[in-house]
Amino acid sequence: MKIFFKKEYFKRNEFYIFVVLIVLSLILTLINPTFLTFNNIFDLLRNNSFLGILALGELIVLISGGIDVSFTAITTVSQYIMGLIITSYYLDNIFLTFLIPIPIGIILGLINAVIIYLTKVHPVIITIATLNIYYGLLIFFTGGKWMYSFPPSFTNFAYIKVFQISTPEGITGLSIFTLFWFLLAILTWVILRYSPIGRKIYAYGGNAEAARRAGFNILNIHLFIYGYMGLLSGIAGFVHAQLGQIIQPNAIVGQELDVIAAVILGGASISGGSGSVLGTILGVLLFAVIKNGLILMKLPSYWHQVVVGLIIAIAASFTAYQSKMKNKRMVKIDVE
Amino acid sequence: MLNNKLELFFKKNIEIVILFAILLLILFSITVLTGGKFLKAYSLEAMAFQMPLLGLFALAQLIPMLTGGIDLSIISTANLCGIITALILTKLNTWYAIYIAIFLGLISALLVGIFNGLIISYVGVPPIIATLGSMILVKGVSLAITKGYVISGFPDNFLFIGNGYLLGIPVPFVIFVLFNLIIAIILYKTTLGISIYMVGSNPLATLFSGINNKKVLFKSYLVSSFISGIASLVMISRFNAAQADYGGSFLLLTVLICVLGGVSPSGGFGRVLGVFISVTILQIIGTGFNLLGLSSHLSNALWGIILIFVIALNKLYSRIR
Repeated sequence: MKIFFKKEYFKRNEFYIFVVLIVLSLILTLINPTFLTFNNIFDLLRNNSFLGILALGELIVLISGGIDVSFTAITTVSQYIMGLIITSYYLDNIFLTFLIPIPIGIILGLINAVIIYLTKVHPVIITIATLNIYYGLLIFFTGGKWMYSFPPSFTNFAYIKVFQISTPEGITGLSIFTLFWFLLAILTWVILRYSPIGRKIYAYGGNAEAARRAGFNILNIHLFIYGYMGLLSGIAGFVHAQLGQIIQPNAIVGQELDVIAAVILGGASISGGSGSVLGTILGVLLFAVIKNGLILMKLPSYWHQVVVGLIIAIAASFTAYQSKMKNKRMVKIDVE
Repeated sequence: MLNNKLELFFKKNIEIVILFAILLLILFSITVLTGGKFLKAYSLEAMAFQMPLLGLFALAQLIPMLTGGIDLSIISTANLCGIITALILTKLNTWYAIYIAIFLGLISALLVGIFNGLIISYVGVPPIIATLGSMILVKGVSLAITKGYVISGFPDNFLFIGNGYLLGIPVPFVIFVLFNLIIAIILYKTTLGISIYMVGSNPLATLFSGINNKKVLFKSYLVSSFISGIASLVMISRFNAAQADYGGSFLLLTVLICVLGGVSPSGGFGRVLGVFISVTILQIIGTGFNLLGLSSHLSNALWGIILIFVIALNKLYSRIR
């Protein structure tokens, strides 16, 4: 029992987000009891699985000290090519459909990795450039028409529930996409925590020069990080098309900063070396709850942006203040 | 003697020289491809009207980037300024309305700059997160003011800013060139400018040489928000309308323009002339593709490819040296 009440837990970023999340949920439930119904919670988890999956990839990139803004374009490209293939060849097999976007995502991610490694320019610049290249070429070659009539297997898959419960409002259950999200979260956690490459990513993000001198293969680390981001972007492209049952090439590009904001709110440092899967999930959920709560409170959606902006500013200021205090204490010890 | 000087000039300004060569190359190929249509007066005039908008935003991005930071909130700031200006212009029907509108609009932009500057320099939040927060926050405020609607219909004397001519030259272009000069003077001739470069290249050494880093950072975000405000005046006057989410696609482009223009993403290096040439390159591609009937998405893609090409070229050159 003692292990659950370790003192460190209260110092961690995740703890604060968790408390904010709980308090916010309580307030929302008091204002509108529909918030804390199974129906609403399951919907929330289903609709945010897309952002949640992308956030996991961005987490790994941020831990390595990089940043990727091209993932929205990768998601769009892999999703669009998947849509083109299944509508023009009428591919009525959900498993094969699922497999199409993944290699596309990985290849585009690897291209990012190679360019970043060779030029040694900050990843934000390279990925802004590749965002424009991937997206621009996609729209140029395909014309960017919307797609909405898919084979039945594609349509039916969206309604699969992992388990179902019956509530007064009707039958509801945990969506398969939420399961995707959580399984990928566990995978990411295992990679970061237990695999050699995961530990190398933390080391590289903490101090790139030290990692290089310790003999790490930097190219491999880059290939893994951006390849993994590409893989998750491919899966997220599939999930996004499933959730909306429509493929619009302009629906995803422009959301990159939302995802990055959620990951940073979850405690990942923009300068690399720190961040956790749990924090990232909580960060995504916090954004989701705010959005959902404002809708339930029937406030116009633009207040959502004001609240989110304020939360980012306050959370970032709080973190900066904390590290400043920590540094001050460290300096004191140094002098003594 | 002359050869030596020339060699020195090339060595010192290699990035500008490479950029200028690319500019000439693109100018030449677009002119040939369009069969000379590109150099006709009307397409040059169209360019002189379109270029200043992106150019002013790029200048707003330049100064934070020189300090080693970034300002993601420039577009939101501009839209807020535009909305405040537009509201006063449409509500107030007196001859001095235009001056009050511009004044209060710029004040609102400066308020965002003060907010950014405070939390970046005095609280110590990394610029990318701080301005990400203010970008979303300010956009929310703009949306809350307009409820998503467009405010349009401005008096003629205000439309002059975006559509008029001064001695036959489009007014936006005059404003753009003027601000290039102002920023160049600030950067090269004032203490603030030199401090900005120093903070960008080595903050610790700058601090120990007795410069107040915090003040420098604060002022640089203030200048950035002011230029965003100016850009917004040109923008809403040109469109004859203001809205909460105009120009969203400009944000990442401004970062690209700066980097292509030789600004180092880690700060400390970069020149106004480089940014000016790189904006011109982008505009030539955009207008040229438009004349050729090619999609603007293709020009965006080409833009990204050119950036990576230039980065690789600079890398290669520095390795040879």
